[in-house]
Amino acid sequence: MKNQDIQLDSQGRLRHFLTIEGLKKPVLTDILDTAENFSTVGTRNVKKVPLLRGKTIANLFFEPSTRTRTTFELAAKRLSADVINMNISTSSTTKGETLLDMLRNLEAMHCDMFVVRHGSSGAAHFFAKHVAPHISIINGGDGSHAHPTQGMLDMFTIRRHKPDFTALRVAVVGDILHSRVARSQIHALNTLGVPEVRVIGPRTLIPAEPDSLGVHVYHDMKEGLKDVDVVIMLRLQRERMQGALLPSENEYYRTYGLSREKLALAKPDAIVMHPGPINRGVEIESAVADGPQSVILEQVTNGIAVRMAVMSMVLGRPGDEQEAG
Amino acid sequence: MTEIAKVNTLLDDMVQALQSELQTRKISDPLMIGIHSGGVWVARELHKKLGIRDDLGELNITFYRDDFTRIGMHPQVTPSNLPFAVDDRHIILVDDVLHTGRTIRAALNEIFDYGRPASVILAALVVRSGKELPICADIAGSLLDLKEGQHIKLNGPDPLSLELQEGK
Repeated sequence: MKNQDIQLDSQGRLRHFLTIEGLKKPVLTDILDTAENFSTVGTRNVKKVPLLRGKTIANLFFEPSTRTRTTFELAAKRLSADVINMNISTSSTTKGETLLDMLRNLEAMHCDMFVVRHGSSGAAHFFAKHVAPHISIINGGDGSHAHPTQGMLDMFTIRRHKPDFTALRVAVVGDILHSRVARSQIHALNTLGVPEVRVIGPRTLIPAEPDSLGVHVYHDMKEGLKDVDVVIMLRLQRERMQGALLPSENEYYRTYGLSREKLALAKPDAIVMHPGPINRGVEIESAVADGPQSVILEQVTNGIAVRMAVMSMVLGRPGDEQEAG
Repeated sequence: MTEIAKVNTLLDDMVQALQSELQTRKISDPLMIGIHSGGVWVARELHKKLGIRDDLGELNITFYRDDFTRIGMHPQVTPSNLPFAVDDRHIILVDDVLHTGRTIRAALNEIFDYGRPASVILAALVVRSGKELPICADIAGSLLDLKEGQHIKLNGPDPLSLELQEGK
């Protein structure tokens, strides 16, 4: 079964949010428009709307996370849902309980939604396939497969600065091969009509068949960054260094780190993005990360509105009571 | 389509009634908030005619509705915009049609999430039958007793006209 089938209900609405791959443009645009409406809630006196009052959302994090878990939690709370956070790496899997047994236990607690982050690709899909029909799954990042809410918050941030996707040249720089963020971004950029998506990185960190992703591949930053509107830097996962995929941090920075000199090759009004956490002096120069073209902290703020949008769309589907039986 | 009343006449009546109500309550500097979308149209006219100093506030009660799980999300909504602090201010809340009272319940909840107003006056262009909550208008342009299945709709924003729709 394909991932994209399981995440839509009979009327084509999102019932889970597992991956951007296969979703149609109107669904992505709906998420962005809905998020736009939620973006003012965080600046109000009472940072809360009663939309999901009485719903219970469980954050199931099998992998450590600060930003993603916190913004999911804030998003749920700003919608008035009740939230429980479970860091499962330190919990029952170490006692030998299977994933399915754990799922049944969580279902017994009458939750409405699970946000799942897991180190294995396909984990969120597995949950969606086996969970009781009234529960929705949101993928908070699975292995090197997908991180759809990150992809959408990046699109939201881009649209705020560059409203017309069809006029953009976007470069994604770094470890494309292992990056679930890059994969979700590339699917979203292509679906939203960005005519030129570039990936830039060493041969060892670019997928073997990049054409299937619909991107142009560059190994030289100077060529790849020329005249782009958006530069998306990826975090260099230091653990990859041991696998002989990379020489050293220093050399990586010299070749693929975003310095002021390299950024000058992009368009003068280009924006710089990074999903965080950033490694200063490894993939990005401090002066760029903190500079006027950086929208890295805006991405964090926008993450809350986008996650509110996804949660409310998934949990507010009229007529679904009958469908669920 | 049946046009039932000249909106301009109703608006003039409302302005007079509001002026006298403000005088009775000794309110000199009120704020005005319109409920999206018809209420905003009506509020724009009243705001101009009353010469209210602060900009008009616009309220979109989508996130406060009590039927969210039945109607779901509509991404194409204009977000609420209250360009002032509501604390300790006197507010004139404006809607086009007061029917069940549920919209006003939601609007009051949202306003109180922005702060604590000194008072709220409710003004509606049309008050129709079918009340479900203990909510009444302080100022009504017109009172209508409608049969089941009949609906009243404000067309606008320019020009504003009221239309009586017969049920199927």
